[in-house]
Amino acid sequence: MHELSIAISLVAIAEEEAERLGGKVIAVHLRLGPMAGVVKDALLFSYAAACQDTALEGSRLVIEDAPLVVFCPRCKTDRVLSSPQPLRCFECGTPTPKVVGGRELQMVAMEVEDAA
Amino acid sequence: MLREPRLVEVRRNVLKQNDVLARVLRERFREAGVFVVSLVSSPGSGKTMLLERTLTLLRERYRVAALVGDLATENDAARLARSEVPVRQITTGTTCHLEATMVERALEGWNLTDLDILFIENVGNLVCPASYDLGESLRLVMLSVTEGEDKPLKYPTIFNSADVAVVTKMDLAAATEFSWHTAEESVQAVRPGMQMIGVSAKTGEGMHDYIAFLETQIAEARVGAA
Repeated sequence: MHELSIAISLVAIAEEEAERLGGKVIAVHLRLGPMAGVVKDALLFSYAAACQDTALEGSRLVIEDAPLVVFCPRCKTDRVLSSPQPLRCFECGTPTPKVVGGRELQMVAMEVEDAA
Repeated sequence: MLREPRLVEVRRNVLKQNDVLARVLRERFREAGVFVVSLVSSPGSGKTMLLERTLTLLRERYRVAALVGDLATENDAARLARSEVPVRQITTGTTCHLEATMVERALEGWNLTDLDILFIENVGNLVCPASYDLGESLRLVMLSVTEGEDKPLKYPTIFNSADVAVVTKMDLAAATEFSWHTAEESVQAVRPGMQMIGVSAKTGEGMHDYIAFLETQIAEARVGAA
């Protein structure tokens, strides 16, 4: 369960950005790939705890799923897989060791409310 | 009155701090000419036993050392000290994985140029260590025959992040009806092309091939660095 330490890092980054942007943070948007090694529900749960007593308290965490994209060396094209097992092209069955996308653990946006 | 919230694009990698430090460590290791092998596995798959044998087998020809991560005890470091090479414990407390900063701290006071190979034993865990780059040259994932052949399918992320899979406790393969073929299929499903080596640190079975594999990797790294 390393999601709490990830949530703490995320909150620290969001606080930095919030200071730069000004205003109150309503939501943090995160892009998460299936190969990032992070469990979505555990991260959502940890986020609320990590926000306590910070400028982010009360904000929402919005997680957007990044697709698992592999490169098929035979079809010479990227393929979006629904599961990492097996890592294989669904068209031709060739193993696809090259993972192009799916390891994302990236903050992509913040929703900020400005006081009038 | 509050205005409509504005959506601001902010692109930041959450683990950037760790990734940056891991790159710094990798560069330090490369400059010092030290080959770094990290070991990941579930608890009880035999990391410490394999490492103890590995250190003993390699210490004649290489200057070796080890860092061992453990949640609470220093038992592993005490066991590894028997191999008579420098060993340091990283007690992680409640943290379920090693991070680059812990490795950096544990290395304080060691002159890396005095080493040829550094082993880093991660905390026994097949989930959390996957996300953290430690600056290693080679990540070795272990799977013991008592765990079942489908472990790689259950933990695809960590198996995918590894460079080689070592199957341990091969002396128990017959007793557990372990199928090498099924295990290999599982490994290939989540990490196509990854080599799998079977060993028993207890009987010595497969240890020759495993050590030869490590030596080849070290030699290739040296050629690459030259």
